[in-house]
Amino acid sequence: MNVIDVHGLVKRFGNKTVVDHVTMTVAEGEIVGFLGPNGSGKTTTIRIMCGLLTPDEGEGTVLGFNIRTDSLSIKREVGYMTQKFSFYEDLTIAENLEFVARLYQLKPLGEYVGRTLEELGLTSRKDQLAGTLSGGWKQRLALAACIMHQPKLLLLDEPTAGVDPKARREFWDEIHRLASGGLTVLVSTHYMDEAERCHRISYISYGKLLATGTVDEVVRNAGLTTFVLQGPQLDQVAVTLSGRPGVDQVAPFGATLHVVGSDKKKLEAALADVEKEHKSVTVTPGETSLEDVFIQFMSGSKDNMG
Amino acid sequence: MKNGINSVFSFARLGALLIKEFIQMRRDRITFAMMLGVPLMQLVLFGFAINNDPKSLPTALVAMSNDQYTRAMVSALQMTGYYRFDHVTQSAAEAEALMAKGAVSFVVTIPADFARRVERGDSPQILIEADATDPSAASGAVSTLSKVASQALLRAQGMQATAAETAKEQLQVVVHQRYNPEGISQYNIVPGLLGVILQMTMVMMTAMALTRETERGTMENLLAMPSSPAEIMLGKVLPFLVVGAVQVAVVLVAAKLLFSIPFVGSLTLLLSTVLVFVLSLVLLGYTISTMARSQMQAMQLTFFFFLPSLLLSGFMFPYRGMPGWAQVLGEIFPLTHFLRITRAVMLKGADFNAIAAEVGWLMLFVALFAGTALVRFRRTLD
Repeated sequence: MNVIDVHGLVKRFGNKTVVDHVTMTVAEGEIVGFLGPNGSGKTTTIRIMCGLLTPDEGEGTVLGFNIRTDSLSIKREVGYMTQKFSFYEDLTIAENLEFVARLYQLKPLGEYVGRTLEELGLTSRKDQLAGTLSGGWKQRLALAACIMHQPKLLLLDEPTAGVDPKARREFWDEIHRLASGGLTVLVSTHYMDEAERCHRISYISYGKLLATGTVDEVVRNAGLTTFVLQGPQLDQVAVTLSGRPGVDQVAPFGATLHVVGSDKKKLEAALADVEKEHKSVTVTPGETSLEDVFIQFMSGSKDNMG
Repeated sequence: MKNGINSVFSFARLGALLIKEFIQMRRDRITFAMMLGVPLMQLVLFGFAINNDPKSLPTALVAMSNDQYTRAMVSALQMTGYYRFDHVTQSAAEAEALMAKGAVSFVVTIPADFARRVERGDSPQILIEADATDPSAASGAVSTLSKVASQALLRAQGMQATAAETAKEQLQVVVHQRYNPEGISQYNIVPGLLGVILQMTMVMMTAMALTRETERGTMENLLAMPSSPAEIMLGKVLPFLVVGAVQVAVVLVAAKLLFSIPFVGSLTLLLSTVLVFVLSLVLLGYTISTMARSQMQAMQLTFFFFLPSLLLSGFMFPYRGMPGWAQVLGEIFPLTHFLRITRAVMLKGADFNAIAAEVGWLMLFVALFAGTALVRFRRTLD
């Protein structure tokens, strides 16, 4: 049985279709990355899954519970971490956790709170007001609060936005530790390195699910060709290249230039011209990255948010 | 452990919400201080400041002659306590100017032929002009006039005996000001202030309750956790019931100590009706909270409600002085009914039967507001 099994989800706000026929399955124990640009419908999809929004169309189950009728049961079994910090800033870490534990009726209270504080290394700061914590600590508190009741599914909405690299690394280690214990995780993110730490990724853009699979699968299925250019005056080369037929992306990476295209023949023709004009530039085949694929997706899908 | 977890109502979850609210209330020192300080300040300020029967009003005297009758008339007017003769002049124009710029509330003109007319028995006249831009300020002073004036005249003519005789033959109007024989405004104002102060703080504080959670983003989290609308409502409303109880105690003690308001009714009866009143107020505030999208909107809605309730409830202006449709409108405010209850219980010593209908109204409001709030509550973010 899939932990998440939803199909044909549609959500409209006014005349904007924010989620457009999204179908998604997540198996038990999987860590699935949910990627897409700002305003692509990631948060809305997650909110539908945890019963905070009712879909206009589509059906589905989360942990076997119907998302339309069983939202109270879903709330009980799911840990949902909101994008914006949503605990009480005028309560201490311990008070926030006690509040959550009481709402979930966890007994004995002290044991649950104490163990959660310990597991996430919050014990030393337990009497600090949540409002005075830095981004990384707030995120840790939020994670602690949503795993304390031992949910079977974690829905994390951009959990690492505004968190420093070390805290991000620790956060992901924690996610993997939890997943190894059988927890299923759906996590939305902007960061490519985080996508690569997921078992599987789904890419959503302007409400539509465009690709899904492992990172390798998504890159391979995108059918992109990438070349790496080296040499002097690359900035001028970049100007000549962009806009030519076959050239979809030109991006400087350090001392090199990455040129990406979906039509391999046209791209090679364009690069051959450049080699003639700029003798000292060398062209070598390169590896298409996940980021290249996403940029391609983003420029290819029509903006319906404006 | 999972027993009853999906039930609509759980005391454990309500407890969680209550503890959270009380901690937040304790941390928010300024708001907490306001909840207790504001009632006391308002009571002292308004209790001493508002007076519906003002005395010692500045008056200009235009006296054309200085005979005994004029002097008798002036001293009689002064004795009523309403008139304070600040300006004495012989020029009508000067008096007119004084009134126009608001320096005096009355101009008393005693014509030059006053004494002659009195002695001839030729219907003597004096003119009193009142600044009626504030009619209530003038009414008390004007109403005492004719009696005072005629008695003063008779006395001046040395006809006390005759006066007593004629008085027997005339119809006498005896006025008793019941429950407040001296007509002390504070007896009316202070019990009313109890209602107004409670309305002010209770409605406003609870109107913020949900919108604050929404604005701080904590609402999303609260909704994602297992808590039912009824639990969230009671979790928000009950703490304010406690605050309301403290406010009531403060106001009642101050009413006794500062203003010596007579308290003739049953304290238990008053307190239990106050409880119903406060419950209707916090539920009204909570209903506003379910409708407003932001704290600012909640504030605006609250004020939109405050003004008509102050003006039409009978706190500021006599209820019976309003036209029929306004009286009907006045009935929809809990304050209207509460004012009748407090004045009846505190000043008249009314028992439950006398105020049962008003209490019934308050109960109706409680049911109505609670129902509306639960229906209006958005369990999802849709």
